[in-house]
Amino acid sequence: MTADASTILKSRVPDGPLEQKWDNCKNHMKLVSPTNKRNFDIIVVGTGLAGAAAAASLGEMGFNVKSFCFQDSPRRAHSIAAQGGINAAKNYQNDGDSVYRLFYDTLKGGDYRSREANVYRLAQVSANIIDQCVAQGVPFAREYGGLLDNRTFGGALVSRTFYARGQTGQQLLLGAYSSLMRQVDNGRVKVFPRREMLDLVVVDGVARGIVCRNLVTGKYETYSAHCVLLATGGYGNAYYLATYAKGSNVTAAWRCYKRGAFFANPCYTQIHPTCIPVTGDYQSKLTLMSESLRNDGRVWVPLKQGDRRAPEQIPEAERDYYLERRYPTYANMVARDVASRAAKERCDSGFGVGDSGKAVYLDFSKAIARDGAETIRKKYGNLFDMYAKITAEDPYKSPMRIYPAIHYTMGGLWVDYELQSTIPGLFVLGEANFSDHGANRLGASALMQGLADGYFVAPYTVNNYLGAKKPPIVGTDHPEFLKALEETKARVGKLLAVKGTRSVDSYHRELGGILWDYCGMARNEAGLNAAIGKIQALRTDFWKNVRVMGTPENFNQSLEQAGRVADFLEFGELLALDALTRKESCGGHFREESQTKDNDTLRDDANYSHVSAWQFTGTPDGVQLNTPALHKEPLSFEVEKPTQRSYA
Amino acid sequence: MSAATSSPTALKTPGSDSHSGPTLSLTLKIWRQKDTNSPGELKTYEVKGISTHMSFLEMLDVLNEQLVQKNEEPVAFDHDCREGICGMCGVMINGQAHGPDLTTTTCQLHMRKFRDHDTIVIEPWRAKAFPVIKDLVVDRSAFDRIITTGGYVSINVGSAPDGNAVPVPKENADQAFDAATCIGCGACVASCKNASASLFVSAKVSQLALLPQGEPERVRRVQRMVAQMDKEGFGGCTNTNECEAACPVGIKVENIARLNREFLRAKMITR
Repeated sequence: MTADASTILKSRVPDGPLEQKWDNCKNHMKLVSPTNKRNFDIIVVGTGLAGAAAAASLGEMGFNVKSFCFQDSPRRAHSIAAQGGINAAKNYQNDGDSVYRLFYDTLKGGDYRSREANVYRLAQVSANIIDQCVAQGVPFAREYGGLLDNRTFGGALVSRTFYARGQTGQQLLLGAYSSLMRQVDNGRVKVFPRREMLDLVVVDGVARGIVCRNLVTGKYETYSAHCVLLATGGYGNAYYLATYAKGSNVTAAWRCYKRGAFFANPCYTQIHPTCIPVTGDYQSKLTLMSESLRNDGRVWVPLKQGDRRAPEQIPEAERDYYLERRYPTYANMVARDVASRAAKERCDSGFGVGDSGKAVYLDFSKAIARDGAETIRKKYGNLFDMYAKITAEDPYKSPMRIYPAIHYTMGGLWVDYELQSTIPGLFVLGEANFSDHGANRLGASALMQGLADGYFVAPYTVNNYLGAKKPPIVGTDHPEFLKALEETKARVGKLLAVKGTRSVDSYHRELGGILWDYCGMARNEAGLNAAIGKIQALRTDFWKNVRVMGTPENFNQSLEQAGRVADFLEFGELLALDALTRKESCGGHFREESQTKDNDTLRDDANYSHVSAWQFTGTPDGVQLNTPALHKEPLSFEVEKPTQRSYA
Repeated sequence: MSAATSSPTALKTPGSDSHSGPTLSLTLKIWRQKDTNSPGELKTYEVKGISTHMSFLEMLDVLNEQLVQKNEEPVAFDHDCREGICGMCGVMINGQAHGPDLTTTTCQLHMRKFRDHDTIVIEPWRAKAFPVIKDLVVDRSAFDRIITTGGYVSINVGSAPDGNAVPVPKENADQAFDAATCIGCGACVASCKNASASLFVSAKVSQLALLPQGEPERVRRVQRMVAQMDKEGFGGCTNTNECEAACPVGIKVENIARLNREFLRAKMITR
């Protein structure tokens, strides 16, 4: 199952001291001359923060960019839903922040399972992101003096989070979208909305194009380019109930995996502590309540098990503010995985609230009494409104009920320091790659990473790739394009040919249930083995009994969903296998066999200080035989030696 | 059902039921249209057992599941984030864009707003500039083309000054933010008798007119965006303000007043 990792997984981290690596790298890159850039075509799939920023930046440089998304407009990508904020080491609050501190917090937050040099670079470029976004006209929150305001986020002891009320992701995405549309105006970018990437085309071992389905006409289209950038987000919808958009999927990344890109650390999933609890079987998604709420909200459960009184009737002395009790330094602001597990532990022990007992309170009464309802409204108005709309309860008067939910995935396609996957010419950006967040992502770091990759990293490294490799022109009439096109058609045809009795959605829900039960907040060997068996059985059943309505050459949402679920049914098994193989606990990956006496994660640095990168080893038509091959990239920490993470 | 929801202080939205409240049986009249060039018609469907805690789109999910079981093609509708921010969903519900609840997208509308045995008419946005693609799905790419003509600040990556180099008065930043929250759903167009895109265009023009970063392109922006709006076939604004009433994020018509001022100003200072 294992292979000699060192010969395959070259992280290509530049030499030199940590703080000089990125400059060294940039100083020695090959460049494409300004007049020659127009001769290179670049495909960017996905228009979230990473994809839109990369497409816009490469367009500004003078390349020919083709930008693809499955939504009806690039502006819809799910980065738009990020609420709380974006971190940057600006130290505008004079509270001692620095690039080093942001780097350290992010590395520690990731439980020492990320690549040190990548994390440092992320912290370095964070300040440029804020400058860029302000210049685009992003209306960040400001103080009365006209300067930018900051708030605090989990896992940090400084205020470094920039925000735009509770809609920071929306404002940053619309900023990136505006830059993208400016390049459309300038003729450097062409956008292809309502296109779903269904395969990667590899010619002579190099990524040269994509196959997609036009979701309006149902027709298949192929596009060739000198390189392909994938910014297609995370795979959290494998769990069905998640805070992701309904359309978010793993298909593009999975197709690249099957064409030879390694998939790294799929078991690193983030379960966000503050989501609105599930209310019924019909539920189609879960909604997040921003972590920023923990600045003013206090988390508690009744001291007495099974206390069914209304929250207002439970006196102060009979409440357990368990985060404040267990973690006096960080209190309600502990890292996400810690807060999520603590909520699960309280609920599993019988202290949960709400009808299902699967919720804890997030209480603003103290903050409202201290600052007044108007101040709280200014900070979180839209979040309180959203809560009231969904639950018909008024969070200004009673505490919110919250429970953890799948929110982000740290794993993704393996990339080197230059964001290139194991397939030359295929770059992976944002949540779709694996490199910067280790086993747990800190709040306000996803927006930072997406924009860092898109604006400040990929444009340089892609330029370097094209300058050094000068890939020859390949047209879509190349046999590899025709072959990939035929394979895609055949796969889609197979879905429609089953003509079974069970809906696609019912399979997706069942898969989500298996993953949540056995591969959610707590995992163990027996459970993961059971999950793998159940997923295999479900997948077999899917291909016998699924019913996909309609025809292929048509607008057909049933068919779109079926293709995504078919891929989740394969991917889910890899997720469970990765979790089974990593016998330690780290960050969001909690193996019950590996815990401290206080039920905290217990890392095993001697055996697991590595990235697990999986290689597809199946037949050419896509059937996985036995198990995929596991490769390891050892993680070394030159500057910050790993310690047991503590938020106490 | 829960202690929390039965608490006397928990505010209930008017017309809402408690968590254990009754379920609804509904008659749905839904616009079905095969593609852009085919004629469409309203078809009637019955759904039962709809929980009042479902969102409107979850109710449509139930209907679609039912249709699949009967071997009928499900109703096509656009949606993505289902938390009111992406702007992808949006249908006419009993003649109102996004339905009866103020400042609420279709995905955030909950079934507690309806009563047992209600008949609900569901149609796509109706506007010449938004052709129907299928059933409830329309083509809103005209909005993208309008943004392409000027809904941006011309700043290349690498050339931005420090974020705090240019202070912006808090009042301006807040007003710019309010305008910038437009989700581009098209409800303003759908609710306007003229199918005008003035509220959408004014939101972007206002955001950038209120910020110093937007100043250098202020004249060119408003002229090009208004010209493109006309070219796409949207109607003119006659100040009936239905757009503000329908807007799920509360974009104000004062932005249209600012758009008109910006347009007039541009006319006066250019030759």
